[in-house]
Amino acid sequence: MIDHVINSRGFDNFDFRFIGLIFVILGVGVLSIYSVTHDQGVAFPFYVRQIVWILLGTVAFLVMWLSDYHRIARLAYPAYAIILILLAVVLFEGKSSRGAQRWIPMGPFAFQPSEFAKLVLILTLAHYYSKAPRVGWLQRVVLPGLLVMPGLLLILKQPDLGSGLSFLAVYAAMLLMVGMRSKALGVILLFSLMLFPFAWEMMWGSLHDYQRQRIMAFVDPAYDPGGKGYHALQSRIAIGAGELTGKGLYGGTQSQLKFLPEGHTDFVFSVFAEEWGFLGVLALLVLFVALIWLSLEIVARAKDQLGALLAVGIICMLCFCVVVNIGMTAGMFPIVGIPLPLMSYGGSATIMTMASLGLLLNVKRRRLSFF
Amino acid sequence: MATLGLHDSELGELQRRLIILRVGLLLVVALLGLRLWHLQIREGPYYRDLSENNRTRSVIMEPARGLIYDRNGILLANNVPSFTLYVSLEDVKDRDLLIDQLSNLLGLDVELVRKKLTARGSKQLPRKVKDRLTLREATLVESHRLDLPGVMVQVESQRNYPGGVMAAHLLGYVGEVSPEQLEKPEFAELHQGSIVGQYGVEKYFDRLVRGLAGQKSVEVDALGHEKRTVVVEQPHAGDNLYLTIDARLQKVAEHLLGEESGAIVALDPRTGDVLAMASRPGFDPNILSRELTPKQWAEIVQDEGRPLNNRASQGQYPPGSVFKVMMAAAALQTNTVTPSTSIHCNGGYQFGRRLYHDWKAGGHGSVDLRHALVQSCDVYFYTVGQRMGIETMASFAHQFGLGEETGIELPSERIGIVPSAAWKQKAKNEAWLPGETISASIGQGYVNVTPLQMASLIGTVANDGVTFRPRLVQAVMDRATGEVQKRPAVPKRTLKLRPEILPLIREALAGVVKEGTATRAKSALVTIAGKTGTAQMTALRTGPEKDIPKKFRDHAWFVAFAPVEAPTIAVAVLGEHMGHGGSASAPLAKELIETYVKLNLPAPSNVADGAVMPKGDAGGQGTR
Repeated sequence: MIDHVINSRGFDNFDFRFIGLIFVILGVGVLSIYSVTHDQGVAFPFYVRQIVWILLGTVAFLVMWLSDYHRIARLAYPAYAIILILLAVVLFEGKSSRGAQRWIPMGPFAFQPSEFAKLVLILTLAHYYSKAPRVGWLQRVVLPGLLVMPGLLLILKQPDLGSGLSFLAVYAAMLLMVGMRSKALGVILLFSLMLFPFAWEMMWGSLHDYQRQRIMAFVDPAYDPGGKGYHALQSRIAIGAGELTGKGLYGGTQSQLKFLPEGHTDFVFSVFAEEWGFLGVLALLVLFVALIWLSLEIVARAKDQLGALLAVGIICMLCFCVVVNIGMTAGMFPIVGIPLPLMSYGGSATIMTMASLGLLLNVKRRRLSFF
Repeated sequence: MATLGLHDSELGELQRRLIILRVGLLLVVALLGLRLWHLQIREGPYYRDLSENNRTRSVIMEPARGLIYDRNGILLANNVPSFTLYVSLEDVKDRDLLIDQLSNLLGLDVELVRKKLTARGSKQLPRKVKDRLTLREATLVESHRLDLPGVMVQVESQRNYPGGVMAAHLLGYVGEVSPEQLEKPEFAELHQGSIVGQYGVEKYFDRLVRGLAGQKSVEVDALGHEKRTVVVEQPHAGDNLYLTIDARLQKVAEHLLGEESGAIVALDPRTGDVLAMASRPGFDPNILSRELTPKQWAEIVQDEGRPLNNRASQGQYPPGSVFKVMMAAAALQTNTVTPSTSIHCNGGYQFGRRLYHDWKAGGHGSVDLRHALVQSCDVYFYTVGQRMGIETMASFAHQFGLGEETGIELPSERIGIVPSAAWKQKAKNEAWLPGETISASIGQGYVNVTPLQMASLIGTVANDGVTFRPRLVQAVMDRATGEVQKRPAVPKRTLKLRPEILPLIREALAGVVKEGTATRAKSALVTIAGKTGTAQMTALRTGPEKDIPKKFRDHAWFVAFAPVEAPTIAVAVLGEHMGHGGSASAPLAKELIETYVKLNLPAPSNVADGAVMPKGDAGGQGTR
């Protein structure tokens, strides 16, 4: 558009703090992954691979940061279409693991479209709401809902409850931020309440066995240690055993001796909590809150609706993942398989999260572009 | 641009709503923090315990049982390394799957494995599933270890009896402590799967031989694989036992019985040392120390030959004419007869309306005490018994150690029966009949004794009236300190007889072998004295012995001591259904005594005592 001259001001202090926070959290993640997997004795242990993903993620971050987010948003619909195709491909061609089909094999690695779907959904919704003033029920709620639906269904079909919930969360958060009349909100709430029994029936019926067992185990993880509640219980033991100061690096017996499954992915927080204790956990929470606080700052200073919506969507997605992940490892929620952003091992998730954060910073960078 | 303006107003509204996000975020993070504070600070110690518990398994280290030697240092029981399969229940994810896998892999009975894994008991202690795995089985399990979480193969020492069936009843066997035993105080320090003596010396001296279990703490990973071991307490091996038996003599005794059922006991009358104690039929303690299936057990227990019965200390038989040794002493002491008192025997003794037969049709004519013993005249003793009365007989029988435990260090010794009016009233609730006194006076009727009691009785006669408690263990070595503790011979009782009585009887008993009913025990090597006995099985005896079915034939007794001048061995032989003592049992006793003499020829007192003990002359032959 008009731009480029004004905003090519390079780094400022804000960028520096933002990027610094990201890499500190990434570093803590790599350290925790290292702690659990350092003695695996394979050529490319997980922490090395994670560093590779972080490097690739940095490239994605730079690309998303330095392009024009308006131009990126214009690609939202085609990107969403591609993601839907990929999600469909996963269902037929994908790689199964632990009862779910989420990955498309790519050489030695596997690509997880549902992770990228989250970012694409944010782009799509932000693009939709900012393209024209959306007024009335149909335009504000129903149409975007229909937009979300195919992706959500494909993801739930895999099944990937965690990504599905993130999808819904992004949708709900953006709806909320775009604003609804209080009456409309009330009607929606009422409807949801009335529909809840039916929806529960449908949801429960459509869940896979392992998902139901996980939810049951959440209710009482102690009822079958060694069985379905095993993950939840072992995770709580790991976190609790950290006490105030933790057991120190490599000192976490829960993770080192593999009582805690998936210590490098979904339960990386438990590993960290066992080794660094409550003090470490507080520090980590402060890091995450600081990052999100800076991100909210970006929304507050956003100069157009597209930027603000993009930023809000990304923030909500991050918040949702952080809170639900820590909540599930601490036994507050059922285990739904949501990785901890920036810390859990995983190529797709790491690259996607870093790309999202690049886009977020892009919004701040572009804040003067309309003038 | 109008639309832009509208957009801008919406942007402003959106940015005002940010406060919701900020407050919401802080609230949620505060909640998370609170939850983590609860987990890590308030319940932290509890979860730390859980995590410790998760990773450490305490493993019992079974002690090696003490070794058992004979009096010359020949090994009778030792331990050999063997593989034992344990399952740590805490590490088992899917019990039914594991039961299937194990039974497939090792060909075990599914129900048996299930029973082991579901038996009551601590979940923390590993369950023993199978012992004595073959090398192949152990390798098989080890190679499937990744698929068998919680399964451990441990090397443990297993009881082994190099002699096989030799001295089985005496040594006994070992086995897992039973749930009933575990409830008793003496097994308090044990746990399910502990090995304890279940029979014989192994059982009687279990507390000494058992040792003390150690414990190690093993750090395991989630699959139950050992990562690190911390020994908390080393096991202490059990004490070694040095028995009084001579394995060579024992072997001969068992060989002499051969396929017959019966018992042979040889004692050193001067100390009570049990030199040999054979019981037939026998069993292989190596098999019984293994884990038997209920079917195998049933086979052994229901065997008609009752191989688990130690006939030497648990078999009870009428003593028959052997009883006359005691009767003779009693008659002289009570002045019922004098050595020269003569009684006429015409082959029967009329009492009331019944005629009590002598074994020799036609009778022995006029007999004195010596003659009565040498020829085993029944009528003489019918008369003596009738004159003395049952109560006097009973009191002397008790003096000779009948009707009471000899005190041998073996479990479940039987005491036999010394009948009296009071006994009959108590046992049968009937009055004593005068005719029963007559049967009792030749050791028939209600009188019951064990071969061990008979050996002790004849030993007492040989040892001039001093009874020693039969002794099986002469020394115990503490394996931790190497200290050997000798166990002294224990005099039990001295017969209250006038001093001339026993020499008289001994001379008569020498006559039994020289010219009487036991000439088949006469030896060129050593002078032997003895007494035959025949325990009647049926009152109706028609036709010659060989025509009677085996199981109705009489039991053949022979008791003996040698050398007559200075006895060093006392022997009791009982052959079940072998007929007459003189023909069937006396030759066996002779053979055994000759073997003993030959074995002890070079230095007749105690050949190899120096070699027995690791230190000095720990032979425990204090009275020699």
